[in-house]
Amino acid sequence: MREIKANQITELVEKLCIEANCVITEDIRTCLGSCMKSESSPLGREILGTLVENADIAANEMSPICQDTGMTVVFVTMGQDLKIEDGYIEDAINEGVRRGYEKGYLRKSVVNDPLERVNTKDNTPAVIHYDIVPGEEFHIIVAPKGFGSENMSQLKMLKPSQGVQGVKDFILKTVEEAGPNPCPPIIVGVGIGGTMEKSAILSKKALLRAVGTHSEMPHLAELEAELLEAVNALGIGPAGLGGETTALGVHILSYPTHIAGLPVSVNIGCHATRHAEGTL
Amino acid sequence: MNEKRIELTTPLDNNIVKELKTGDMVYISGTIYTARDAAHKRVCELIDSGEEMPFDFSGAIIFYAGPCPAKPGRPIGSVGPTTSGRMDLYSPKLIEKGLRFMIGKGLRSKEVVDAIVNNSGLYFAAIGGAAALMAKCVVSAEVIAFEELGTEAVRRLVVKDMPAIVAIDSRGNDIYKQGRKL
Repeated sequence: MREIKANQITELVEKLCIEANCVITEDIRTCLGSCMKSESSPLGREILGTLVENADIAANEMSPICQDTGMTVVFVTMGQDLKIEDGYIEDAINEGVRRGYEKGYLRKSVVNDPLERVNTKDNTPAVIHYDIVPGEEFHIIVAPKGFGSENMSQLKMLKPSQGVQGVKDFILKTVEEAGPNPCPPIIVGVGIGGTMEKSAILSKKALLRAVGTHSEMPHLAELEAELLEAVNALGIGPAGLGGETTALGVHILSYPTHIAGLPVSVNIGCHATRHAEGTL
Repeated sequence: MNEKRIELTTPLDNNIVKELKTGDMVYISGTIYTARDAAHKRVCELIDSGEEMPFDFSGAIIFYAGPCPAKPGRPIGSVGPTTSGRMDLYSPKLIEKGLRFMIGKGLRSKEVVDAIVNNSGLYFAAIGGAAALMAKCVVSAEVIAFEELGTEAVRRLVVKDMPAIVAIDSRGNDIYKQGRKL
């Protein structure tokens, strides 16, 4: 049985918190650059150029891309044959967040209780999702989520009879209502199926997929392409000031569901949809 | 989009304010104040109880922002606009008390647009997420009220050439409605 130490997890999370907040992923940077060439609105082109320039400044200086350095969402993929020594995984992750947000000069945006609302001053606790898999691997994705985009996300329990049309209508309605607020061009993460919470987690996971890639399932890949075109036809544009670059991608994940249900979650990611990953 | 570069210096000149049109790209230099959710709530509570304001915001520009901590030797960390709609509940009350200019991102309510028109104000949109770049426009920053609110404290910023777009002009034209028709 392979063993890793809790403090290795802490060190990795610390590093990933800083990296995710300061360095935009290559796929998104490339996509913003190519949209800059295709966008027909002059103001839209100027805004896309500013976003690329901002990303480059952030990466060169290791400064946060956005002042909202988010609530820290962590996806852990862990082999069932792996053993963690000298500590509890959740404490190790939160200690990594604490250190990363302090050392990286990242904003602490978490409050202790949704109603009492006192800042915890170290951005903990993180929101952690675990996937237990066969083997001994340990993989972590840190995805800080700003609430400009998180607040514009929606979930709906559709009726099976509403079918694919109902799904399309709900996604477009969500993007339309979000308008300029989530810092477009956005990435539209969609989770279809499962139960209420399963669809929500899928929609967040969908945001992590590289821009420009497609679903492995042909009917979903087709739906993604159709929806991207429809979203960009809404005219919201860069920063919501008009144009056809409203989204960089529509990413769909699905899961089997109940005979009586059709859950759909739409999680909206901003133009930076930050994440960084590492392995131990 | 206006071809000529429009540079604004605080306090904003009334004639220039009236000339500015929705969609104009401007570069702001001078003094602006940061305030977001918690500071707005506090200021409105002070207004309701008839207490003195912690700072004079008549004719001022409020920037809806909560910055990152400053690295050593820097005046401020990354700083960009937060979603303005969350301030809609408070803004008309502040505008009644003399506030005229706001910088943020996203849609405003009808009540805010009406208050802007009635008081010859302006609402600027800054580019959401361009916070590393905008921090470079900040010359100095100083907490002047509600220090205990951390990032949500009110800060006086001196800025140079901070880029923004006129989103709602003094006649109430709204870029988020116009832009969509392009």
